[in-house]
Amino acid sequence: MHIPDGYLSPATCATLYAGAFAGWYVALKSVKRVLLSRVVPLISVFAAFAFVVMMFNLPLPGGTTGHALGVTIAAIVLGPSGAILAISIALSIQALFFGDGGISTLGANCFNMAIVGSLVAYGSYRLIAAGSSIASKRRIAAAAIAGYLAANAAALVAAIEFGIQPVLFHDAAGTPLYAPYALRVALPAMLIGHLTFAGLAEAVISAGLVAYLQAADPTLLQSTSGIPEADVTATVGAAARSPRRLWVAVALLMLLTPLGILAAGKAWGEWSPSELAGAGSPSQIAAAAVTPTAITPAGMQRLANLWTAPFPAYAPAFVKSAAFGYLLSAIFGVGFLLSLSLLAQRYLERRRATRYSA
Amino acid sequence: MKRGQFLESTVVGFARALSRALMSEEIAHQPGLLQSLDPRVRVIGLFALVLAVTLSRKLAVVLVLFLAAVMIAAFSKVSIGTLAKRVWLVVLAFTGVIALPAIFITPGNPIAIFAGGSLRITAQGVTTAVLLLARVETAVTFTTLLILCTPWAHVLKALRSFRLPQEAIAMLAMTHRYIFLLIETAGQMLESRQSRTVGRLPGREQRRMTARTAGVLLSKSIDLSNDVYLAMQSRGFRREVRILSDFRMRSWDYVGLLAFLCAGSIAVWMGR
Repeated sequence: MHIPDGYLSPATCATLYAGAFAGWYVALKSVKRVLLSRVVPLISVFAAFAFVVMMFNLPLPGGTTGHALGVTIAAIVLGPSGAILAISIALSIQALFFGDGGISTLGANCFNMAIVGSLVAYGSYRLIAAGSSIASKRRIAAAAIAGYLAANAAALVAAIEFGIQPVLFHDAAGTPLYAPYALRVALPAMLIGHLTFAGLAEAVISAGLVAYLQAADPTLLQSTSGIPEADVTATVGAAARSPRRLWVAVALLMLLTPLGILAAGKAWGEWSPSELAGAGSPSQIAAAAVTPTAITPAGMQRLANLWTAPFPAYAPAFVKSAAFGYLLSAIFGVGFLLSLSLLAQRYLERRRATRYSA
Repeated sequence: MKRGQFLESTVVGFARALSRALMSEEIAHQPGLLQSLDPRVRVIGLFALVLAVTLSRKLAVVLVLFLAAVMIAAFSKVSIGTLAKRVWLVVLAFTGVIALPAIFITPGNPIAIFAGGSLRITAQGVTTAVLLLARVETAVTFTTLLILCTPWAHVLKALRSFRLPQEAIAMLAMTHRYIFLLIETAGQMLESRQSRTVGRLPGREQRRMTARTAGVLLSKSIDLSNDVYLAMQSRGFRREVRILSDFRMRSWDYVGLLAFLCAGSIAVWMGR
């Protein structure tokens, strides 16, 4: 999408430089309202980051690869003004230092990618993510859609710039003097590539980066989220505290387990053969039985002694206090399940690592 | 895609960018025609020639400018091999592919007819394709000569003397500096991941890994910007960017500037 010198007429270049200057002026004025000494390094380093991200060879669905623009994540983290400046700086260095993109077309490239791209990315992200929390999955989808739309909007504008060249700039014999294709060719030619590859690359990297920031550094998503900073900090703090709260809740439930001994009667369906034989709750058993009889089924009688629980009736034999027995059973049960879960997790991680290193 | 292939191509891209930057610095410090001129003259002169190439409507004029670019390159110790590899072949591959269909689909006077008239080459098509290719080759050659023969710091100083906002110059300078740091950091992250990747990674895992690498790079970038901000504060930054400008125009520089402007003006007049 980096238009080299020679593709656009000087008049088009001048017009787009004027458009880019207007965008830069507004953006610079907007960021100057913030502390300038803070903004200069932030935008500079972000521009360097965008430059490097543009060099990433991104694997795309279907087995191919593509390059992202980095404009969407810039718009999400810095806002539209910061993104316009950061991407323009990155594009300027590409043109003036690496020769990627022309000098006469630098205004056009900045207009297409930095200005149109940033505004479309920012607008669509805000629209789709409106009202969602910082950690919401909707933000990931919003970043992906914003990235896809931004890349394609920039390509669309570039295609229009190409497409008007033969109409406006041709010699007496009808020979196009600059980009030779009319809109009916330029539009599909540009958009097919961007609808399939470049847009997808921008969508993938934007969504991936937003998902990463949600987990690693959610405060970076705050400035364009529309959520007050205090709420974000609270959400982040709550997220960080949530495991502790879970442990407290589990401990509380364990402490409350002796409440079970206050319950009258027998838990429905947990009858032993002796209870079925008449010592339990006859009315419940009678209501549950297929045939109204108090005789223990033969199969149940045979299998009843197949397995003896380590803590029958929620208390080991040596524990005399029923309440303490309940508590001990709860501690043992929770500990046992946690150990099982940790073992399963370790097994799955090892299996995954083996698969990737095979 | 095979395992780590996307990692390798990214790392190779990083290495290529670093080597190109290094090459530019080396050429810029060699004695030569362009190097002997004041950086402001180089910037104005080569920009003027790029503009002249863009304004020229005649192929012959563009070709003369191309020859001028080759001569300037030769006198500035820029090897033709470097230009061919770095500019001409790349432009030929990229713009050539774009320009080729124009030969067939541009309406005009047919000069060759194939497949019973369904495929025809028009004079207008050939002219526009060759003009586009020549113009892009010539303009990119001039731009590359500027890049190869002028250290980045001098380009910035030259831009500053053209009254560009100080903030913009400061951001360009800072970005350029940190691009190389971040390229190195990202390269190291990808290399370390590549060295630990033996099996074939599924596409989804590849994308996740790339996004994670980019995410870590983003976090590091933000931390870096905080460090730079604190360093600026500690050195007493007072919202003013000062760039030392010790350029002095000599008579040779005026001759060079005049030559560039005359060549550009004549090209525009001849090519109108």
